[in-house]
Amino acid sequence: MKFNKVTKVSLVATLALALSIPMMTSATAAKKTDWSKMTSASQGGGMGRLIAACQKEGILNTIALPHYWADYGSMLAGFKATYGVKIDEANPEAGSQDEINAAETLKGTKRSPDVFDIGAAVAGKYKGTGMFAPYKVKLWQYIDGAESGGGEYTPNYTGILTIGYNAGKFGTVTKLDDFFDPKFKGAVSLNGSPLISSAAINSVFMINKAVGGTFDDLSKGVAWFKKLKDIGNFVNVDANAATIASGQTPVVMDNGYLQVGVQKQFAAVGVSWKLFTPASVGSTYNSAVSVWAPNPACARLWMEYTLGEVGANVWALGGASPTLWQHLLKTGRASAAAKATIGNSKIKAEKPTAAQSAAALAYLKDAWPAAVGAR
Amino acid sequence: MRQVQYSRTGSANRRAGSRYWRSKSAYLGVIPFFLFASLFLFYPTLNVVTGAFRDQQNKFSTEILFGLLKSDRARQTFFNSLEISAITAIAGAILGALFAWALVTGEPGGIFYRISVALSSVLAQFGGVMLAFAFLATFGFNGVVSSLALKVLPNSFLADSAWLFEMRGMIVVYTFFQIPLMVLVFLPTLENLRPQWREASDSLGGKSLEYWLRIGIPVLTPSFVGAALLLFVNSFSAYATAANLINLSNFLLPLQIAAALSSEVGGANPVEAKALALYMVIVVIIVMTLYALLRRRVSKWEKTR
Repeated sequence: MKFNKVTKVSLVATLALALSIPMMTSATAAKKTDWSKMTSASQGGGMGRLIAACQKEGILNTIALPHYWADYGSMLAGFKATYGVKIDEANPEAGSQDEINAAETLKGTKRSPDVFDIGAAVAGKYKGTGMFAPYKVKLWQYIDGAESGGGEYTPNYTGILTIGYNAGKFGTVTKLDDFFDPKFKGAVSLNGSPLISSAAINSVFMINKAVGGTFDDLSKGVAWFKKLKDIGNFVNVDANAATIASGQTPVVMDNGYLQVGVQKQFAAVGVSWKLFTPASVGSTYNSAVSVWAPNPACARLWMEYTLGEVGANVWALGGASPTLWQHLLKTGRASAAAKATIGNSKIKAEKPTAAQSAAALAYLKDAWPAAVGAR
Repeated sequence: MRQVQYSRTGSANRRAGSRYWRSKSAYLGVIPFFLFASLFLFYPTLNVVTGAFRDQQNKFSTEILFGLLKSDRARQTFFNSLEISAITAIAGAILGALFAWALVTGEPGGIFYRISVALSSVLAQFGGVMLAFAFLATFGFNGVVSSLALKVLPNSFLADSAWLFEMRGMIVVYTFFQIPLMVLVFLPTLENLRPQWREASDSLGGKSLEYWLRIGIPVLTPSFVGAALLLFVNSFSAYATAANLINLSNFLLPLQIAAALSSEVGGANPVEAKALALYMVIVVIIVMTLYALLRRRVSKWEKTR
C-alpha cells in the first residue's frame, strides 16, 4: 500500500487526535478537583480522594523539620510509609522566617515548600497576606486554639521551655539560683540569640517569670542573666547538637521537645540529662499550607496526618504537647508511651501576646547586649 | 601588548577571516566566568544596592538607610567589625610575613617548606563552624587545654575560658585563618627579592640595616600593605565563625545582617539587612580600590626588575 505525502500526514494527524481524546478527557476528570483551592478534605470528595491525589503527585516538599525536633524523624518516616510518597526535605535547620523566605524565592518552581511549621510571631505576621492557603483538617474543632489561625494556619504543638543539664556532672538542681554556684562556670547557654531565635527569647521570658517579672517587663530576667554572666557562668555560645553531645554546653535552656531527644541520646551512653523547669512558659507552633504549594494534595494530606491522631502521638513521644492532646485523652486514644513522656495534665504554658513580644524585642535589642555583651 | 600577541596566534594558524575578529574571539573564553560573576556577584550586589533604598512597604525611601547612621547599635556593630578586621589584619600580616620570611630564608622547595605551604593552603580556608568548634573543644570551658590547665596552671588565663567568648577571643580565632592566608599571598613577593640586589648593596659597602632600610622595606611595603588590605576584607566579611562562637547579633555587621534577615521573633527587616550590606559593600570597595592602586605600583617594579 502506497500513500502520497498528504495522505500520510493526515492519517498520522487523525491517529494522534484519536489517541489523545481519551487522554484529554482523563486530564479534565483529574482537574475536576483542584486541591489547591480546597479548604477541607470533604470539600474535595473525602480522604480517599485526597490520598489518591497525593499519591499521584508522589512527593511532598517540607522545610525546616529537623529529625530530632519533636520527633519529626518518625513523623516523616511514618508519612512516607503510610502513603508511599517521597518527601523532599529542605534545610532542616532553617528558622520560621527562612521558611517564608524560601517559599517566596522558589515561588512557581517544583521545589517551593508545600507546608510550613512556624512560630507564632511569623504566623501572625503573614496572616491575611495571602501567604497561606486556608485549610481545616477533619479534627479542627477539637484542636486547642484552632480559631486563632482563622483556618489559615492551625496551632499544632506547644513546647514548654526548660533547662536541661548534665546531672552526672553537676548533681540535681532544685532551685534556679543553684546555677549561680561556681561549679557551673561557663556552663549555661541558650539556643541562639534572643533577638533571632524564639527558643532563646522564650528562655528569657521563662527566667523572667521565675524571678517575678511579667511579660510586660523583662528587666528582672535580664538582670538575672547579667548576674550569671558577671560571675562567669553564662556563656555566649550558640548551643547545638554538636556542642551538647561533646559536653561544651552542659546546661542548655531550650524547648522540651528538643531536650527529650537529648535525654534519649545521652541515656544510650549512660549520661543522665535532667530537666529543670523554673516557670511554665511556652510557645505554640503552627502548621500551614503554602499558597504556592507545588503539591497541593500532599500538602493537605500532611496536615491531616500530622494534626490527626497519629501525628499527635508522634509529637507527644517527642516531648511536645500536641494541640489535640486533650481530645485524645478525653476519647481514650492517647498512647501509653506518649502519656509517659508528657503526662496527662493540661499543658498550661503562658505566652506573651503579640504586642508584648514586640515590646520585649525592642527592649532586648539594647538591653541584652548590654547585659551579656562580649565587651 | 595582549592584542599583538593574539593576532600573532591568529596569523600562525593561517585560517581565513579578519584578524580583528579572531583576536576578539579569544574573549569568548571568559564568558562562563562573566556569567558566573553576574549571577552570583553582580546581580546580588545590584539587588542589595536597590533594595537598600526602600521602606518596609517596598517604596523608595532613605529613612532606614540613613536611620542606621543615627542608631547607636548599628554604629557600635560597625566599629566592632572595623576594629576586629583591622587588628586581625595587622596581626595576621606581621606574623604571616615573618613566617613567610622564615620559609624563604630556609631551604625553598625543602620538605618543611612544602609542608608549610600545603598546610597554609588548607588552614587559610579553615573557617566557619569547624574553626569555631575546634577552638571550643580546645580552649572553651571543658576544652582539652583548659581542662589540663585547670590541673596544672589553675591561675593562668588558659584555665578560665571566658576570654574566648569576648573580643579578645574572636581576634585570636580570626588571626588563626589570617596568618596562613598572609603566607600564601606574601610568599611570592619575598621569593621575588633578587639576591643580586643584596650583593649590589654589599659591594657598594652597604650594611645589612642599610639594605633593609633603602631596598628591602621600600620594595616590600606595597605588597605587604596590599596583603594586609586583603586580610582586612577577609575578616570583615567572615560570618559563620562568629555566628557559632558568639551568640550576639549586635557584635559584628554580618551577624546583625543575619538577625535582620531571619529573626523569627518578629525582628526581621530585610531592608535593614540590605542597608547594612550596602555599608559593607562601600567599605569593601574603598579597601579594594586601595588594594588595586597598590598592586599597580607593585607590578610596576615587578615588570621592570
